[in-house]
Amino acid sequence: MALSGMRGLSVFISDIRNCQNKEAERLRVDKELGNVRTRFKNEKGLTHYEKKKYVWKMLYIYMLGYDVDFGHMEAVSLISAPKYPEKQVGYIVTACLLNENHDFLRLAINTVRNDIIGRNETFQCLALTMVGNIGGREFAESLAPDVQKLLISSSCRPLVRKKAALCLLRLYRKNPDVVNIDGWADRMAQLLDERDLGVLTSSMSLLVALVSNNHEAYWSCLPKCVKILERLSRNQDVPQEYTYYGIPSPWLQVKTMRALQYFPTIEDPSTRRSLFEVLQRILMGTDVVKNVNKNNASHAVLFEALALVMHLDAEKEMMSQCVALLGKFIAVREPNIRYLGLENMTRMLMVTDVQDVIKRHQAQIITSLKDPDISIRRRALDLLYGMCDVSNAKDIVEELLQYLSAAEFAMREELSLKAAILAEKFAPDLSWYVDVILQLIDKAGDFVSDDIWFRVVQFVTNNEDLQPYAAGKAREYLDKPAIHETMVKVSAYILGEFGHLLARRPGCTPKELFGILHEKLPTVSTSTIPILLSTYAKILMHTQPPDPELQNQIWAIFNKYESCIDVEIQQRAVEYFALSRKGAALMDILAEVPKFPERQSALIKKAEDTEVDIAEQSAIKLRAQQQSQTSNALVVTDQRPANGTPPIGPLSLVKIPSMSSNVDHNTGDQRLSQENGTLSKVDPQPPPADLLGDLLGPLAIEGPPTSTAQPHTNINSGVEGTVVNATAIVPAGEQTESVQPIGNITERFNALCLKDSGVLYEDPYIQIGLKAEWRAHHGRLVLFLGNKNTSPVVSIQAIILPPSHLKMELSLVPETIPPRAQVQCPLEFINLHPSRDAAVLDFSYKFGNDTVNIKLRLPAVLNKFLQPISVSAEEFFPQWRSLSGPPLKLQEVVRGVRPLPLIEMANLFTSYHLTVCPGLDPNPNNLVASATFYSESTKAMLCLIRLETDPADRTQLRMTVASGDPTLTFELKEFIKEQLVIVPTAARVPAQALPTPPVAQPASDPAALTDPGAMLAALL
Amino acid sequence: MIHFVLLISRQGKVRLTKWYSPYTQKERSKVIRELSGMILNRAPKLCNFVEWREHKVVYKRYASLYFSMCIDQDDNELEVLEIIHHYVEILDRYFGSVCELDLIFNFHKAYYILDELLIAGELQESSKKTIARLIAAQDSLVETAKEEASSISNIIAQATK
Repeated sequence: MALSGMRGLSVFISDIRNCQNKEAERLRVDKELGNVRTRFKNEKGLTHYEKKKYVWKMLYIYMLGYDVDFGHMEAVSLISAPKYPEKQVGYIVTACLLNENHDFLRLAINTVRNDIIGRNETFQCLALTMVGNIGGREFAESLAPDVQKLLISSSCRPLVRKKAALCLLRLYRKNPDVVNIDGWADRMAQLLDERDLGVLTSSMSLLVALVSNNHEAYWSCLPKCVKILERLSRNQDVPQEYTYYGIPSPWLQVKTMRALQYFPTIEDPSTRRSLFEVLQRILMGTDVVKNVNKNNASHAVLFEALALVMHLDAEKEMMSQCVALLGKFIAVREPNIRYLGLENMTRMLMVTDVQDVIKRHQAQIITSLKDPDISIRRRALDLLYGMCDVSNAKDIVEELLQYLSAAEFAMREELSLKAAILAEKFAPDLSWYVDVILQLIDKAGDFVSDDIWFRVVQFVTNNEDLQPYAAGKAREYLDKPAIHETMVKVSAYILGEFGHLLARRPGCTPKELFGILHEKLPTVSTSTIPILLSTYAKILMHTQPPDPELQNQIWAIFNKYESCIDVEIQQRAVEYFALSRKGAALMDILAEVPKFPERQSALIKKAEDTEVDIAEQSAIKLRAQQQSQTSNALVVTDQRPANGTPPIGPLSLVKIPSMSSNVDHNTGDQRLSQENGTLSKVDPQPPPADLLGDLLGPLAIEGPPTSTAQPHTNINSGVEGTVVNATAIVPAGEQTESVQPIGNITERFNALCLKDSGVLYEDPYIQIGLKAEWRAHHGRLVLFLGNKNTSPVVSIQAIILPPSHLKMELSLVPETIPPRAQVQCPLEFINLHPSRDAAVLDFSYKFGNDTVNIKLRLPAVLNKFLQPISVSAEEFFPQWRSLSGPPLKLQEVVRGVRPLPLIEMANLFTSYHLTVCPGLDPNPNNLVASATFYSESTKAMLCLIRLETDPADRTQLRMTVASGDPTLTFELKEFIKEQLVIVPTAARVPAQALPTPPVAQPASDPAALTDPGAMLAALL
Repeated sequence: MIHFVLLISRQGKVRLTKWYSPYTQKERSKVIRELSGMILNRAPKLCNFVEWREHKVVYKRYASLYFSMCIDQDDNELEVLEIIHHYVEILDRYFGSVCELDLIFNFHKAYYILDELLIAGELQESSKKTIARLIAAQDSLVETAKEEASSISNIIAQATK
């Protein structure tokens, strides 16, 4: 059959087909495109017929995969041709070449509308088809009423009305507001009385879309759907042409059952009974037949019926009938049915009471894991994952591990993640868990993320019984000729900590352990070297009596890395070298890492389903999502990395069916963990790039302001024997709700006192970030309220409780935040007078059944209104002298100060916008600083500060503050005192610092004159 | 819903594409590349479904042509598989035992017929007879218009002689 009348097009297609190679084809295409382009340019002489021919050629070239970047206008212009043949081509080619976002479509709206409301039925059809296929929002807004009119018109023929139904469906998807529910529900019910099955099929699709968004309005459609289903299943009054291989329109049956799945229940007993009769007939009466199409069609209906039965929570008898059917399906030869059997069995897991029946098919499902078809293997993996529990975890995980070696690349990542999660969730004993993870690392190290091995370390650390076993296993793996780097990391860590427990075994002396680990060093990357260094230090510590030879060997390594370009390695090398010379003190410093707080596995949390979906979701999925959200609320307590962005790792790519997330809720209070590791080699607040830092990652959300200096302090304090109280109880935020915040609110606040953007608050539902700008006594703060979930957060209320010194204005806060959206709420400040009080944000919202109310301090604190200014001696001394004494100049001896080296104290001052002026005070133990403070009452005012420290006792100092305003002087003095006494990571303070109430002293205290600094003060 | 329909030959040549969800030109070529790699490489006798991104692709091979439709994960796969077959049967009836060549030289017809079968990625008509009747009506409309045109041009030609 040749193209009627378009010889040019036929010739062109033949030419293309005759091209010997791609190059020849390209030449021919380019020639044609050139030709079409010139013809379009002199459009005048172009008849509609010619235009039509060229437009078809363009479509053909476009299908071949070439860019066709011109001629769209010509295609669109054909839509307004008066005659059918041209108009038809215009509509079809436009719908193929352009998508809904194309600008040219806008030009055609009027023509399209005229065709829709015009009298010409064939034009109506063309227009409805194109709008139904590529209509966007603009079409929805301008055409929906006309399309609705056609759909319900009694004078229109079915061929127009069925197109109108689907066209309306498209417009509704683009903008649900175009269908007015009140008016439309009755019409929709009437449409279901339609005799013509073509119109009914299209209308049913429309109904599915409508009820998926809002079933409430369409209850009246429910009995009608059941009637339609009855009619079809009994094959009553179904014209021959609407049966497909003897089955009355299988598509309409499927759609009708789909629509019914959006209604939560069926209350009317007689309707329910009729429906169950139909379903029973489908379940019982579907036989496997030879004809493949008939088989497919009848099974399409059967699987939809299964889904409906599951949705309706039918009696147990019917459920077990379904499971029996599925059990049969997963063993048949026909691959489609096998695939669908596995898929639906996974869905079935959500139904209570059938898990045990499903477990009976475990062997068959495991066989499917070895199916030649990856689609089927994927389903089997999902199902095994979903059905796993304590009783069968061992078998299933071992199967997964076995399969791992054979699995193709595309599945390994998912497989190893799932195996790791199952091993953790259902481990019958922990040594088995360790076995599984080590095997996993061994077989698929590339796919084992850090989270997985961190978790092993946590378990081993927390379970003494496990330690010798794990150490032994780690040692065994080291004997293998080539091991994965992750294996090096985990075994180095474990052997460092617990290698000494193996001392009596052959090949496990410190020297031998060191030897075998050190062999791996040349093969590893820079991220592993720090771990190895730590291990060496630990081995050295455990070698008692000291072995000078080993010591020299290890010292040589530390020496070598002392100048390493990688900061982490360098720091560790330097520190360990210094520490390892401390002799007996080493034992304390490098003591075993204390137990980790119990916490939710980062793994399981990462495996959350992060799907955002379009309007139409099946009822099953909606339910699954609701389930997963409620469970998330309980389990997600791990913190995000400091910057608040969700972690991106191989894990986040893998989706786990959310239906199986009945995770254990072992969410100990993480904030306690702050106290734990202070004396150990693993610093609890390491720089974020540190691997071991990630291991402890959840503990450190916002690095403390002095984080770079932190390790020194900790180690120093350890050496000097200041025992940090490990049982300090942290002030538990302002939080008593069931929804736990992620991260420590106080810490976040403190961090934000020092910087101008960051996260203020986070919990499983929302995140509040902020960004601030300060100019003199004005401030502008933007709150970013982000909804982390796939459902909206509602009933948001935000009230600012300002202290008397701040004038604040919060712009309107919206009542709801749409799913996964972020809204911004600017907040304006004016600082009226100096004060240390903080503004409080009283924030509440509702999510599902949870109402959350939190009170958050806003970091609009005193130091934000300071601006650094450096003053010279000529400026400083006259000023200092003129402010002669109280109340403008105040002095106080502060005790219980955190012992900071002077340099760090200076850093602290700088971070509060106070300029440290070196050289003004001749005594190197003193510190002089200055700043300008802004408020409405004081205007810009110079503040001067002097600290005199005692090198013999760093926990006390004398502070003198001076400014031209008594309130400012007092408030600033108190503020600085708070910062010095209360460590910026305020969390651990109350127990640690125990500040003695400082005694305010007059500046001319005679006792102070013995102090050299005081004498200087007197001179000044 | 069906997001797109794709007809690819065994050699990877595209014979028809129809997009019901908005994909840009660039995404379209990427999707075609990705999917032809996946589908053409599948061994025979496997199931007719491939999991792809967040979607599923239902495909079936007829002689040298692969017909495929992309759907949502929760859609009924077998139903879509039979939509494909339904389409093939209609093509077959229209062309009289259809082959790849028919679809190459008459690709526009394949588009017309598809438009009578699907709109907005949903099935519009399940009666083959109805669709055949509508396509025949369209053809005759085109024929009539052509005859008219030629008779008019004859008249003009004669008048200007």
